Amino acid sequence: MEPSPSASSAYDLTRIEEQEHRATFAVLVDNEAGVLHRVVGLFAARGYNIESLTVAETDHDAHASRITIVTRGGDHVLAQIRAQLEKMVQVRHVIDVGSDGSGVERELALFKVKGSGPDRIEALRVSEIFRAHVVDTTLESFIFEITGAPAKIDKFEQLMRPLGLVEVSRTGVLSISRGAERI
Amino acid sequence: MTLLSLIAEDVHAETLTGAQIVVRALVDNGVEVLFGYPGGAVLPIYDALFSEPRLRHVLVRHEQGAVHAAEGYARSTGRCGVVLVTSGPGATNAVTGIVDALMDSIPLVVITGQVPTTLIGTDAFQECDTVGITRSATKHNVLVKNVNDLPRALHEAFHIATSGRPGPVLLDIPKDVQFGSALYREPAAVKFNHAYAPRIHGDPHRVTEAVDLIAQARRPVFYTGGGVINSGPAAAVALRSLVRAVGAPVTSTLMGLGAYPASDPLWLGMVGMHGAYEANHAMHDCDVMVCVGARFDDRVTGRLDAFSPTSKKIHIDIDPSSINKIVRADVAIVGDAAAVLEAMRDQWIAAQIVHTPDRLSGWWSQIHAWRERKGFAYAPSSTIIKPQFAVERLAALTRDRDVYITTEVGQHQMWAAQFFPFQEPNRWMTSGGLGTMGYGLPAAVGVQVAHPDALVIDIAGEASIQMMLQELSTAVQHDLPVKIFILNNEWMGMVRQWQQLLHGERYSHSYSASLPDFVKLAEAYGGFGFRVDHPDDLDAAILAMIDAPGPAILDCRVAKTENCFPMIPSGKAHNEMILGDAAVGVDIGAIIDEAGRRLV
Repeated sequence: MEPSPSASSAYDLTRIEEQEHRATFAVLVDNEAGVLHRVVGLFAARGYNIESLTVAETDHDAHASRITIVTRGGDHVLAQIRAQLEKMVQVRHVIDVGSDGSGVERELALFKVKGSGPDRIEALRVSEIFRAHVVDTTLESFIFEITGAPAKIDKFEQLMRPLGLVEVSRTGVLSISRGAERI
Repeated sequence: MTLLSLIAEDVHAETLTGAQIVVRALVDNGVEVLFGYPGGAVLPIYDALFSEPRLRHVLVRHEQGAVHAAEGYARSTGRCGVVLVTSGPGATNAVTGIVDALMDSIPLVVITGQVPTTLIGTDAFQECDTVGITRSATKHNVLVKNVNDLPRALHEAFHIATSGRPGPVLLDIPKDVQFGSALYREPAAVKFNHAYAPRIHGDPHRVTEAVDLIAQARRPVFYTGGGVINSGPAAAVALRSLVRAVGAPVTSTLMGLGAYPASDPLWLGMVGMHGAYEANHAMHDCDVMVCVGARFDDRVTGRLDAFSPTSKKIHIDIDPSSINKIVRADVAIVGDAAAVLEAMRDQWIAAQIVHTPDRLSGWWSQIHAWRERKGFAYAPSSTIIKPQFAVERLAALTRDRDVYITTEVGQHQMWAAQFFPFQEPNRWMTSGGLGTMGYGLPAAVGVQVAHPDALVIDIAGEASIQMMLQELSTAVQHDLPVKIFILNNEWMGMVRQWQQLLHGERYSHSYSASLPDFVKLAEAYGGFGFRVDHPDDLDAAILAMIDAPGPAILDCRVAKTENCFPMIPSGKAHNEMILGDAAVGVDIGAIIDEAGRRLV
């Protein structure tokens, strides 16, 4: 760590400039009241980013929920996030799925597209290319359901925007590691 | 589970009310004393306490005082402190103390009453979202909505509070749960909900790496913290034997004072913003730093990018998130301080590392040169009591006594740390992390409860003492002869010092133009009050305070504008400390740059 000429602050802890990158943490927690607040509160209190967050019970008998958090930071910050998560009493396990490309990531989204004429036909055609399903239709609108990696959904949104996109709802990222191993 | 064991268990399990379960669980977890304040939502528990002779309840005057008293009790005994307060304002008043305990890793179990479950969420009288408010203020907290969960929740609270990195655990218990009834099970008979198992023993490979690094070092320094105290007496024993075997100098954070005896020649004094000149220089120039149970707090490191630039760092901590949080460790050992220090000492001895006498001689001659600067020197006075002199006399006059020191927060706290030598752990109670003015008096109450025959002194400032002064009444009620040694300079001394050095001598709202008569105040509470304003009378006044047969205040009128030195100015490195005598005639405003002024 080289002293930088501008660093005159004694307490500025963010001075260490690191290459930021995206990471996806799967956090297995005891499913009890307030646990989500605790995890989200940690991110807020320590100034970490949350790009996406999903949570649901995954094993009722084992009383377990799985929280998937997509965040950004340098290696140092990501290691701290992981250590701080692991420190919580309700946290059973933290897995970094995603930052090394070893995980599968999926997201589900619903798109409401309003239009008529050629735009409506084009929207339907694009949705077929993306293997989206029509889950609701009126004479002037579609609701598409699409699943895929976040980048695919971003792309779908880009294409739908000029075709009459009026509303989007996304689940946030889910992730799981590849292979036969369980965590 | 066999049928027989099921029957046996049922024979042992007794049906109790929720309130009785609370009281029984406290007894079964070894609790002897709790600090609290009753109110509507905890009345059933107070009712159960009424007929429990094994528990001593210390009635405080403010819930924050209850928590600080429990902290003092815990810190001076190594046991878990217990607090019992009511819902709403009882819980919110306790929050400052709870955060204080979290920051300083003090094991506490805090039980708060809550409105009945049927009223939760209705803005009922004295309702607040206690678990919501304290979620980031505790190591763990739970709202117990079902009385059947209560025995497990209580036992688990003690387990979580006292193991790993200790901290406060809060249980919020609604009033109807206290009235409900359930089978009580003893600690050994419950299965915990959480798979919480902190690592105790360090990785042996890392321990070997650390020992090898220390063996190669020519300028090693041990930097120890509150973790050594928290780990228990065995950690201090292991630290002493390892440090002596290595022959290296040792310093400590504010929280770690006493783990290594101040009378030992290897002791450098405290490190940090107002630490010893030799300790800060040794930290800056060392080649191997052995950090044990400390967390590289900003008050220790100063300017981070100039912090100990040439050293390899070994970091031992039971909390993995402390490692690499601020300063990167070259060798990281996760484990309990006692276990790891014992392993290091055993390896050091087993390796029969050749102790060439001149191995560290160059380092020691450098340290002696720094010591020659006498960084704590101050200009003596024959007419005015210098605050440093007052603490020195207090230390001298209590040397042969069984003494425990607590402090408030500010200049007096730093002078106490600088001038009162601690030889043993658990003798020094101070608010390090949160810096809570008002901590010292209630903490002294808690210490005195645990050590009724000891001499317990709160070294205080006239501003801090007024934040929790009502606890003097607690001391009087419970026959706790705590001594309050007020270094009265009429200013919020540390605020005044920073305003002088960093804010162009604009003393904005840091002078207490109206102070109470502390002598009369002590007497009004039923204690004893003394005042002294001349150095010649100081010893007699201190002895009068000590010998008073009850709680006593000594209003010690000290020099009004004395500054606390050495001081690492904001934005400066360890080797850029300013000294007391050096500061005279030096334009400190020029030393501290604009960026430094903006810092806390």
